[in-house]
Order: sequence, then structure tokens, then C-alpha cells
Amino acid sequence: MAVQVPPHIHTDVCIIGAGPVGLFAVFECGLIRLRCHLVDYLPRPGGQLSEIYPKKPIYDIPGYPCILAQELVDKLLEQIRPFKPGFTLGERVESLVKNEDGSFTLQTHKGTTIHAGAVAIAAGLGCFEPRKPDLPELALYEGKGLDYMVSDPEQYRGKAVVVAGGGDSALDWAIQLCQVARHLTLIHRSSSFRAAPHSVERAYQLAAEGKIEILVNTELHRLLGNGRLEAVEVRSTTGEVRTLEADACLPLFGLSPKLGPIARWGLDIQNNQIPVDTEKFQTSVPGIFAIGDINTYPGKLRLILCGFHEAALMAQAAFRYIRPHDHLSFKYTTVTGIQGL
Amino acid sequence: MTDAVFMTVVDREGRVHRQEVPLNVSMNLMELLKAQGYPVEGVCGGMAMCATCHVEVQRGMEKLPPLNEAEQAMLDALPKSYPSSRLACQIPLSEALQDVVIRLAETD
Repeated sequence: MAVQVPPHIHTDVCIIGAGPVGLFAVFECGLIRLRCHLVDYLPRPGGQLSEIYPKKPIYDIPGYPCILAQELVDKLLEQIRPFKPGFTLGERVESLVKNEDGSFTLQTHKGTTIHAGAVAIAAGLGCFEPRKPDLPELALYEGKGLDYMVSDPEQYRGKAVVVAGGGDSALDWAIQLCQVARHLTLIHRSSSFRAAPHSVERAYQLAAEGKIEILVNTELHRLLGNGRLEAVEVRSTTGEVRTLEADACLPLFGLSPKLGPIARWGLDIQNNQIPVDTEKFQTSVPGIFAIGDINTYPGKLRLILCGFHEAALMAQAAFRYIRPHDHLSFKYTTVTGIQGL
Repeated sequence: MTDAVFMTVVDREGRVHRQEVPLNVSMNLMELLKAQGYPVEGVCGGMAMCATCHVEVQRGMEKLPPLNEAEQAMLDALPKSYPSSRLACQIPLSEALQDVVIRLAETD
């Protein structure tokens, strides 16, 4: 059987976080011929703009009186395309180690290794991690029938599946997974669903066809099994407890930001933020920079446009860190245009 | 007209704080809590889309403006909420906050 070797990547600047500021950092680095590789725990670039408010208008991006959050992400992706950044998505950087020669080695939770000359942390408020229900036995079944995300719908084929939640994610997955599951139950704490109306309508239509069982005013109470999840106990708001057969349970309550492993990398951290200087946006470790919402300094404003400025100065400092003997001359794009990598 | 009223904030460790609420500023309760150093992130900036400013109103719920659709939807999507749950970002600073008691909800 072939053994899959996790990727080993070499780059000039490893950018942790593919939100707007991380994406623009690729542009600023690219202008001075620094190659970038982006890593993000979310499955797509865009950070909180794509994940939390893709359809919200933003009014304070210079040059755009109004732009939708996802539109801004799309434009940033277009802007950085000439610089051919690498992406490792759906993976969380677990460790960051400084090597003797001043370079860095990063490793993700899936084993991908990235060797970089410098590191820019553009992680916003940290990793967006799934909100978990307050059940003491969660850890017993995580990965053993209890999942907070769906990576491959096929893994639920022929199974009894319980989906918990009342938002878009819970509804959308219930609608999709009922096509492959042997039995699908959707439970929701409240009496009505607040997801997109067409999803709610579709779910009730599938319930009428006997493809989804919907239990409202009901929440997860207990997980049962023997090494692997076998059933879930649910409790109604009136206190009635019922046991449901469950090969798989998916609590889908949305995402919440957590600082996560960043706190363990030996950097100075104050109130979940990383202090930096305002010349280089460098952290307490030379060669590791922090830009965007994750950093703090006197006068800090959590604005995308401030993050863009920070990215520009960070790129200059990263160049001097990686190539201390090379000459760096500042040029305007209006003079030199964009030369891709 | 008064410049400020006082409310009570119970933090996640159960400590009780008497909190001054200025009335001459255009702010919401999430912004006030953040500015006062409470561990309230306000990730989405006040759009009722992240629930990092989730609070339980322990006294004075009836004095506050009613929940809007977006706030109700966000609270419904959480794994746990309370009958008097609110998102602080949807509560403007006003005289209605006089003597209101809130508790910062647990983070997920």
C-alpha cells in the first residue's frame, strides 16, 4: 500500500491566515520578488469576510464607496494571481520553530511542512473553530462518529446520522446528507429554523417525503457508545428524553475564533493579541511578523485598510530579514507595472 | 438630562462590576464592554453575526429594545443560549440600561 507523504514546501514568506490582509501581503511581497505560501484552517481563502459576512457591504476600502466582502476577497485573489502564491487550506499551523540559520519550519496538524525565510502571522482573531455543545463526553467520540465538519459526504453513506443545529450549515448538510444516509434526524433547540427560507422549505419538504426526521425544541443531551458512537440521547424543552440510533452525529453550530496554537510559539502575547513595532510589524521574535487584527500597538485600529498598510511595511522588513545583503529599492507600480513571479 | 447611567456586569469568573454607561456617545453595549476591557471580542464588528458578545440579561430584559431578526437568528444557531440571551452589539447605550444586570455568556 502506498504511503502518502505530507507535502514539504519551501517559500520566502509563509503567511499564516488567508484573510484580506494575508492576501494583500502576497502582493506587497511579490512586488519585491518574495514568494509567498499561505496557510489557513478554513477550507477557502477570505477569512472572516468569506466565512462570516460574505454578502455584507464594506464602505471603508479606499477607492470603493461600497464593496461586498466576498467581492473584495475575489478582487484580492485576482490582484495576487501574478505572484502565484501557494495555498495550504483546511490545515492549522501547529508548530513554528526558528532554525539556527534564522529561517523557520512550520508544521500543520495534517503534517504538511513549510520551510520559510520569514513568517507573517495574519491570523485575524485566530483559527475559526467549530462551536461545540456543552457535553462532557465529547472527547470520547470526536472522530469516532462525532464530527463538527463534513469533509466527505460519502463517509455517511448508509449510516444513521443526527445533525444538530438551526442555521444554514445544519440545514444545508441535512438536506445533502439525507440523500446518502440510511436515516437522518435534524434536531434544533428552538421551535423554528432561521436558515435561508428556501433551505427551511426544502428541509420540511424532505421531511414530508420521509427523508428527514425533524425534531424541534430538542437538544443533544448525551452521547452513547462503546469506543464508537452508537446513539444519542436528545431532550425536548419539556424534558422528554429520547434515544436515537446514531452512527454519526454532526453538531453544526457555526464557527468561533480561537487563538489556538499561536499562543504556544513563544511570542509575547497580550490579551490574545501580538504586540509589534510600527516600523516593521515584527513580533518579539525577529523574522516573525504579525499584521492585521492579530497584532497590537499604540493607536491600533482593527481595519482592513490598516492591515494593508501593515502588510506593505512588513514586506520591506521581511525582505531585509531574508536577504540582508541584497539591495532593496522602492518602486511605484505606476512606473514598473506588475512583474509576476 | 443625565450624562450617564449605571448597570451591572457579571464577568465569566462571577465577579460583579458596577459599570458606568455614558449616554452622550453613539456606541452599543458590545463596544462599551470592549472599551472597558471585558473579554468581549466583537469579531464581526456589530453585525450580529459572530455571537462573541453574547450576554445573558439577568435583570431589565423588558426595558431593552426587542430582538431583531438577525440577532434572533444568531442566538438560535448557538449550541446554548438562555431565555434572556442578547447580543450586546444590538443594544444601543441608552437610559434603558439603568440598573440592568448582564452576565457575559460562556465562550464556546
